[in-house]
Amino acid sequence: MVAQTSAPASSAAEHRPTLIGSGLSKTYHAGEVAIHALRQVDITLYEAELVVLLGPSGSGKSTLLNILGGLDTPTAGEVRFRDHALAGASDTELTRYRRDHVGFVFQFYNLIASLTAAENIALVTEIARAPLAPAEALATVGLADRVDAFPAQLSGGEQQRVAIARAIAKQPDILLCDEPTGALDSRTGVLVLEAIAQVNRDLGTTTALITHNATIADMADRVLRFADGRIVDVQENAVRKAPGELSW
Amino acid sequence: MHPLNRKLWRDLYRLRGQALAIALIIASGVAVLVMSLAAAQSLLNSANAYYERYRFADVFATVKRAPISVARRIAQIPGVQQVEPRIVEQATLDIVGFEEPVVASLVSISVPYRPTLNRLVLRSGRFPEPGHNHEVVAGEAFAEAHSMHPGSTLQALINGRKQTLVVVGLALSPEFVYAIGPGALVPDSKRYGVLWMGREALEAGYDLDAAFNDIVLSLWHGASLPSVLREIDRLLRPYGGVGAVARKDQISNWFVMNEITQLHNIARILPVIFLAVGAFLANMILARLIATERSEIGLLKAFGYGDAAVAWHYAKLIVAMTALGVLIGWVGGYWLGLWLTSVYAVFFRFPTLLYTPGSVAFAVAALVSLVATLSGGVGAARRAARLPPAEAMRPPEPPVFTRNQGAFYRFTDWLDQASRIFLRQALRWPLRSLLTSLGIGAAIGILISALQWLDAIDRMVEAYYYEQQRQDAIVALVGSEPDSITGDFLRLPGVIAAEGHRFVAARLHNGHLSQREALIGVPAGSQLEILRDDSGSRITIPPNGLLLSAKLAEMLDVSVGEHLRIEVLEGRHPVVSAPVVALFDTLIGTPAYMHIDALNELLKERNQTNAVFLLIDEHQHQRLFARLKTIPAVGSVMLRDAAIQMFHESVGETILIYVTFYTFFACTLAIGVTYNAMRIALSERGRELATLRVLGFYTGEISYVLLGEAAMLVVLAIPLGCLMGFGLTVILASAFETELFRIPLVVEPATYATATVVVLIATLIAGILVHRRLAHLDLIAVLKTRE
Ligand SMILES: Nc1ncnc2c1ncn2[C@@H]1O[C@H](COP(=O)(O)OP(=O)(O)OP(=O)(O)O)[C@@H](O)[C@H]1O
Ligand SMILES: [Mg+2]
Repeated sequence: MVAQTSAPASSAAEHRPTLIGSGLSKTYHAGEVAIHALRQVDITLYEAELVVLLGPSGSGKSTLLNILGGLDTPTAGEVRFRDHALAGASDTELTRYRRDHVGFVFQFYNLIASLTAAENIALVTEIARAPLAPAEALATVGLADRVDAFPAQLSGGEQQRVAIARAIAKQPDILLCDEPTGALDSRTGVLVLEAIAQVNRDLGTTTALITHNATIADMADRVLRFADGRIVDVQENAVRKAPGELSW
Repeated sequence: MHPLNRKLWRDLYRLRGQALAIALIIASGVAVLVMSLAAAQSLLNSANAYYERYRFADVFATVKRAPISVARRIAQIPGVQQVEPRIVEQATLDIVGFEEPVVASLVSISVPYRPTLNRLVLRSGRFPEPGHNHEVVAGEAFAEAHSMHPGSTLQALINGRKQTLVVVGLALSPEFVYAIGPGALVPDSKRYGVLWMGREALEAGYDLDAAFNDIVLSLWHGASLPSVLREIDRLLRPYGGVGAVARKDQISNWFVMNEITQLHNIARILPVIFLAVGAFLANMILARLIATERSEIGLLKAFGYGDAAVAWHYAKLIVAMTALGVLIGWVGGYWLGLWLTSVYAVFFRFPTLLYTPGSVAFAVAALVSLVATLSGGVGAARRAARLPPAEAMRPPEPPVFTRNQGAFYRFTDWLDQASRIFLRQALRWPLRSLLTSLGIGAAIGILISALQWLDAIDRMVEAYYYEQQRQDAIVALVGSEPDSITGDFLRLPGVIAAEGHRFVAARLHNGHLSQREALIGVPAGSQLEILRDDSGSRITIPPNGLLLSAKLAEMLDVSVGEHLRIEVLEGRHPVVSAPVVALFDTLIGTPAYMHIDALNELLKERNQTNAVFLLIDEHQHQRLFARLKTIPAVGSVMLRDAAIQMFHESVGETILIYVTFYTFFACTLAIGVTYNAMRIALSERGRELATLRVLGFYTGEISYVLLGEAAMLVVLAIPLGCLMGFGLTVILASAFETELFRIPLVVEPATYATATVVVLIATLIAGILVHRRLAHLDLIAVLKTRE
């Protein structure tokens, strides 16, 4: 029933797991009915790999990502980050975990309107242990010249790239992206994906990316397909396509 | 129920914290308004009912000695309804167990008691019986202060003869609601009282057979008061009349009416602040609601709801919050008014308390609140109504922050990002930030203006009793005596210094303006009364001419160098003209001074005194007091320490009540404003705060972003509040200024500090209330949705 997850074939990394989720379930109770958002999911994310999560709406992708990122807690099962168990962690411990190890990118960019691009990034680097300089992070996503722009002065794609720069500036161990291109056209989407792929390649950040766009799966090391709260299929790509080669 | 109304109820429920805060602020304003108007009305009605039922006289006049036949002529003055000639004298009393001299007014009554004017309310015991000349009825407050009851005895020095009097009854009189002793500023039931005794006894005691020295009368409706007063003065002048007084100037009534005026002042000033702040908050909450409901508004309009319907929908929210506030305020105001009225009733000892709040107070309060909050909300509601449907459906433009928009963002560069967020947020809406600060500042200001009373009282006591009145006691003599009497006083035990002064009843005229005022004669180098100009340096008494208090000069519209006509109301009633040579400031009364020799000269007398100022050795009080009680020439003794103590007691108690009220209301204001500001900030920035949490900020850190802004506005509110406090003090001081008291403008640093600390604590409570919500921010829900 539960799909086996295995080490990525194409990755040059040492196949060390970064994040292990085992037996993860999430049940919501809406009155009499129980909604099973996740049913006994096992997942391992290895160092430096890029995993794409595909699946129909409501299949549990975001729920899983939020649990892995320490934003949510599972009803059952446990998450291990390297040798730390997140099960039973307090709100403060989860916050510390997010602060030190996780970078998030969401469909809606969630930039702070009153801070410039650089300041949005500084927001994170000020509390990180070994951060990139904000300018450097912005250069990574190709926005070196928009350092002083406020979010309102940036396009959607640019805002999303600032969000990526903000997520990677602290050099996280894990980068979690939930439909980062959801609100963008395909050309802009490609720019954003390129930024993610580059970070994954250059910094070796373990990356998980949720998308509705099957084409994007081609840039992954592994593709996990979701249905009804379970991983129903794992596909390993022998070759990762560069985002520039994708089109939709 | 119409679905829109259902939405309204849900909105109201969702915003209940804020709605309640606004409602409470409105309630405070309404409560103060209702309370003071209701108490004022009730006080007036109670007093009037008392006056009517017990036939309080309309005109009062005193005279040296007039034959009874004059009273009959007065009764024939057109407009006069009833007259009662009486004998009113002053006597010093000796009460067992009370060391200090006590002064009593002895007022004649008929025996057997036949009620006419100023009827007595017998509270216990009985009236004196014929033939029992030693029987008296005592004022209830005075009797209670000395634990006297029917059967108690006391010693009185009546016309130089010591007599033992028996209290046979306790009574109240509409004439002595506010029983204030000679020369005193506040009532002191221990040292001043009223005794009613048989006319025959007083006639005998003071050799006033078939004569009177005091007369009271009632008038028919429509009688011309001025012409009656004129006529009485004309008739009484040959007998040493010192001028008739209308009821409105009768001392007890003046104080009662003054309290009513003060209540009206409170009703006028304080609620305005609360309602203005309530209006601002109503505007803020509505503007925010409309910003979050843009798409709903668009939808409503797309469905065909008109502008007016949309505006009314939102206005109803304001009406609902206001209605809640008004309701709470009505109930609170009703009870506070009842309580305040009963405090007054106990103080004034009204025989019956009429609590008649009157629907006007309630209606005015409701109307004013509704107008205030609706005018506050109207801008926001109109903006909602004006939104074109298509535009409304789009999300609102995000707030635009740009570098060049304000170079002032630059100065935030040295700050950490979290501080920049709230600083820029506050600067982005400077007006709203300023108004929030003003709202919190208003709370500080209200507190300062209340606490300032304590500073003012201290200052008044300091200025009047320590800087000006340097004597320990003033002995008022029964009549004027040669100056040499001071030497006799110096020989009394414990007297260190004695100085002869003179008080002469007079009327000062400037054109058509006139004022009754005692002319005070001071010796040139007086050590025991020192007048100062506004810079605090001593004024030397000029050998001729008048030295007026600035307030009296203002009332008579006279300035230095001009002449006043002095109509002396004693002796041969000389009328002379004298120049005003200097003005001086005083906080109490409206006195007029002259050199004592000049004053004596005016009366064609030489070296006369009727008030001896004493400096006393405090260890010999007992012996001195015992002696003073036996000296026939002594009319009354006023002790400075006792006066100060009574001043603090009577004024202090009232002020404590107000300070408590004000503190409560100011805290409501501070909490309401801060809570609303932070809830709105939370609503506007919940998404950003959730984002920060996702990025790994702790609850404490995001709470800094939210509370930091509030803290900044509170810090800004402190200087604003101190300024407002001072401004409010100025307004209140001028509103509460009477001929008797002027409230000095002194605000001690400690007062600013106390007000600030109290308001800081209140805002801290608001901060804690909002902070608790931060722990429950739904991070995931925020991330799933677009703003
Ligand atoms: N707070 C909640 N209460 C009840 N049910 C919830 C809640 N959050 C999510 N669910 C349910 O859990 C299931 C999984 O939701 P999830 O957001 O993980 O789906 P998804 O795969 O990310 O979908 P999409 O592609 O549309 O984002 C859905 O059926 C959803 O209705
Ligand atoms: Mg999702």
